[in-house]
Amino acid sequence: MTIETTKGPLLEVRDLHVYYGHVQALKGISFHVNEGEIVTLIGGNGAGKTTTLHTLSKLLTPRSGEILLGGQPIHKIDADEIVRTGITHVPEGRRIFSRLTVRENLEIGAYLLTSKTEITRRIEASFELFPRLRERERQYGGTLSGGEQQMLAIARALMLDPRIILLDEPSMGLSPLFVEKIFEIIQSVNKSGKTVVLVEQNALMALEIAHRGYVLQSGHVVMGGDADLLAKDPSVQSAYLGGEIAAAL
Amino acid sequence: MLTDMLLLLPTTLIDGLVLGLIYASIALGYTMVYGVLGLINFAHSEVFMVGAIVAIEVLIYGLAGTGLHPLIQLVVAIAVGGLAAGFLAVAIERVAYRPLRVRNAPRLVPLITTIGVSLFLQDSVRFVESLFGQFIRPFPSFPFFNRQIVLSETVFISNRTLAIIVLAVTLLAGLYYMVHRTRLGKAMRAVALDQKTSQLMGINVNKVIATTFFIGGVAGGVAGVLYALQFGRMDPFSGFIPGIKAFTAAVLGGIGSVEGAVLGGVLLGILEVVLGTYIPMWTNNAIGTEYKDIIAFSILILILIFRPNGLVGRAYAEKV
Ligand SMILES: Nc1ncnc2c1ncn2[C@@H]1O[C@H](COP(=O)(O)OP(=O)(O)OP(=O)(O)O)[C@@H](O)[C@H]1O
Ligand SMILES: [Mg+2]
Repeated sequence: MTIETTKGPLLEVRDLHVYYGHVQALKGISFHVNEGEIVTLIGGNGAGKTTTLHTLSKLLTPRSGEILLGGQPIHKIDADEIVRTGITHVPEGRRIFSRLTVRENLEIGAYLLTSKTEITRRIEASFELFPRLRERERQYGGTLSGGEQQMLAIARALMLDPRIILLDEPSMGLSPLFVEKIFEIIQSVNKSGKTVVLVEQNALMALEIAHRGYVLQSGHVVMGGDADLLAKDPSVQSAYLGGEIAAAL
Repeated sequence: MLTDMLLLLPTTLIDGLVLGLIYASIALGYTMVYGVLGLINFAHSEVFMVGAIVAIEVLIYGLAGTGLHPLIQLVVAIAVGGLAAGFLAVAIERVAYRPLRVRNAPRLVPLITTIGVSLFLQDSVRFVESLFGQFIRPFPSFPFFNRQIVLSETVFISNRTLAIIVLAVTLLAGLYYMVHRTRLGKAMRAVALDQKTSQLMGINVNKVIATTFFIGGVAGGVAGVLYALQFGRMDPFSGFIPGIKAFTAAVLGGIGSVEGAVLGGVLLGILEVVLGTYIPMWTNNAIGTEYKDIIAFSILILILIFRPNGLVGRAYAEKV
């Protein structure tokens, strides 16, 4: 399925309601993402960020609401078919296939491609982007360090050359130096033309590289707008950025 | 006596290998399904049995009198029996296991279901076969398979033995290649590790699971035909014991691992035949062949105490 470029936003979420059994996790969430943007979803623990990304990937089915990609509804498509619309997902906690080698993880990322030469070409390209992965090509994914796993997860999600990449807390558990590196990578991925939806606890850094952002709180979008405006907003500062750090912005 | 024992050794080892390769082929079905679903599919022994019975019927009603070479007849019967077993395994998954899976039933429930399916199949086959006469189905005899090839003065190998070894090794090698080298095999391993993330990669998890059942079922069915060829018969209830032994072999090797299933199966087969042959000789028949299982399983328990994850178990192979 190919999505035509239209005038409206590339991705639009309308009034999404999502439940875990009887527990409601998303209580009517709406937001949109324009082509070429980095949009960040920030918010505290349990705000519903991961749930939102899982719903976009259809690992969860919304009880009501719509998800439109290029104006076309995609919330009725099965999870394994979503990838074909050009959306890939770097899940929370990286979710590397621990007993597949680094190379096999990348090959699985390209599962939908059938041309061996094309797969090889793309693996080469991701080794260019992440030289460390080349060194560890034949190692099991589970033996990589946290930062290396995050690189692998991103490389894996890039294998299909997606239009939109969903990133769930890529900075989680990484050293400051590595976080810096990962954010640089996200920016360069975005500059290469990919639209990015970035979920982060690290709101300060996320807002720094994002064009726009939304603040989630207990299953609601409580605020949204340009990233630099959000970063200056007093309520965002006190809630997510911490007073002094934010003042230094 | 020592020379007697030495003279018997090559034949004993070959017989053990034959049995072991058959166990290994059955064990693959257990280990692959366990790998992707964490489910012990006790109905697999009946998939094995059905494969053999279908093949026997094909030989009796379809191929007898065609004048085809016995080997060709065998291969055709294996193909039909194997496919029947494969489709049966897929049907079982679709009807009995998947509904539980999508409803997130607790683990014990599908396990009990596999036992139910197992009993259901035993008596269904007995019922159907009884309608047409005897439910114990002798494997049609072919003089060709009894013919011996003389390797040395004391070592013979029958065409039957040779055929079973070649067919089983081909099957096992094919499956090993499939799991480790193909796109499907990679998808199976990914699904075994993490179903949700596999979906994010565009893998249709249900399809991969069904395919796993199919391939495991085919292997089980082929093993059934080889088992019936080796022992001369199959009946609706004779899947149980080889099934349990193959399951043991899978655990011994390290459940979830193809290499483990092969290693465990061959080890168990050889142990069983060697002990069955030599124990009566060592003890002047005070302890008969019938005790071979007790001793073989005692050894297995010992091995598992020292290697609880099996011979090639995961905990030992985490870092490579
Ligand atoms: N599998 C589940 N079953 C039941 N409730 C769940 C489940 N997963 C999440 N929830 C609940 O849904 C709400 C949103 O969770 P979610 O994981 O989306 O939060 P999050 O914003 O990603 O938080 P974090 O920053 O801690 O990852 C939480 O209240 C959580 O308890
Ligand atoms: Mg989360």
